[in-house]
Amino acid sequence: MADDKFDAIVVGAGPAGSACAYVLAKAGKNVLLVERGDSPGGKNVSGGRLYTYALEMIEPGMYQRAPLQRKIVREQIMLLDKHAATTIDYFDPRFVEGVPQSYSVVRAKLDEWFASEVEAKGGTLASGVLVDGLIEENDRIVGIRAGGEEMRSDVVVAADGINSLLGRKAGLFSDLEGHAVGVGIKETIELPDSVISARFAVKDDEGVARVAIGCTDGISGGAFLYTNKGSISLGIVFSPAQAAKQGRHIQEILQDFKMHPAILALIEGGTTIEYGAHLVPEVGYRGIPQRLHREGMVVIGDAARFGINTGLIIRGMDLAMVSGLAAAQAILQAKSIEAVGPIYIDKLEELMLLGEERAYQNFHQIFEIPHVFREVPKLANEAMQFLFTVDGRVPTPMVQGLMNVAKRNMSLGQILADGWKAYRSL
Amino acid sequence: MSIKRLSPEESLALDKFAVDEGKPHIIVDKAICAHCSDRACLVVCPARLYRLKDNQISFEFAGCLECGTCRVMCSEGGVTSWNYPRASFGVTYRTS
Repeated sequence: MADDKFDAIVVGAGPAGSACAYVLAKAGKNVLLVERGDSPGGKNVSGGRLYTYALEMIEPGMYQRAPLQRKIVREQIMLLDKHAATTIDYFDPRFVEGVPQSYSVVRAKLDEWFASEVEAKGGTLASGVLVDGLIEENDRIVGIRAGGEEMRSDVVVAADGINSLLGRKAGLFSDLEGHAVGVGIKETIELPDSVISARFAVKDDEGVARVAIGCTDGISGGAFLYTNKGSISLGIVFSPAQAAKQGRHIQEILQDFKMHPAILALIEGGTTIEYGAHLVPEVGYRGIPQRLHREGMVVIGDAARFGINTGLIIRGMDLAMVSGLAAAQAILQAKSIEAVGPIYIDKLEELMLLGEERAYQNFHQIFEIPHVFREVPKLANEAMQFLFTVDGRVPTPMVQGLMNVAKRNMSLGQILADGWKAYRSL
Repeated sequence: MSIKRLSPEESLALDKFAVDEGKPHIIVDKAICAHCSDRACLVVCPARLYRLKDNQISFEFAGCLECGTCRVMCSEGGVTSWNYPRASFGVTYRTS
């Protein structure tokens, strides 16, 4: 083996790439981790929340070193219409006992830290390097090309994100389709930590994760809010296919949401400091490409389109880390380069990533039910308005009043049809 | 400062960009776009870099957030080439 040949080259220092490189470096492998951003995280945007179990799988206790934001103790669901908002708040301190279930994260910090952990284990980090292509010899991927240079390795791990140019260059899969992705846009809003804790009724190291519907002009999609240390992440994920038909610009719809009185009250006095956008895989198991490896190459993380979105639970970074671990274990166990790919798929099963994806495989159909994003949240708020209004007049009988609210928004047939579709998707 | 509605330009002004002058990483062929009726790019580009001028699609690559939505949603192939900016160019997120 030539001196300049690596055991593995990992392209992309996000959660998937760094998890893979970390495990390999820790096992003594000669790993090169390549990142196109000037520093890891510089090109990345997420909601975002990280489910801690994934870091625990990489190395127990590792999360305690990570620059995580707030541990999530409140899970909230918000239903909005033009005027009002109904919020369900689930407070459960058990979620933050022991190893907290999840944390809000800021990618610039998280990804930079994770890559530094790879370096601490002896891996080589090359930031500010854009990989232009793959080197292929005798039908095998043997390295990468970047800025006129060639770098060689036994295995190339493509952790190059949702747009995975490398996966397509290797001929493993075709480009994403509009219906299979969501486009997420987000503002980071700076606010004093003490204000955040007071407004959301949490301790200083605890936080809130909120999902919201009814704020997308009827477009399939939903909003999110995460409390960080000294900032709030506020954004919306849209179906771009539906947004295209609807005709209003998505950045403008985010502004409406931000200025909704129920949201404004939470962020008032803050300052927007950054605006980001990113694609997310949106159809779960059915969106995962058939081929995730070929000789000398495996694909992990967003590049492999691993994602779970139930409407309440939105996962990507944890699956990315688990897939990075699966790839690393495959590389460590394989007795030949040809064996790496098949073992990688076995490991995805063994680590339960594919099983979890399959369990939710029909969930994305919920997002195709037409009334979920406008009529249902409007109906909920009008029902609340009816139930809570006192004006000194004789009220409509309760059942009649609620029926009137329902009929104003949807026909009985629509409610039954939507309910049936939802049931079939679960 | 306080919270206010931001135009796309004001949103982008918050971000850190290094523009690779004269070297667009995305190439748009307006002749193809002229025949497109979908024109999804006009509403789905988060940075609103696709605009209609005299009924023609115009595209500005500076300010690109590198998300890929335009490429994925382009129905007629007017986005003829989509790449990431060269190393050290493009957007750098600090808090996202």
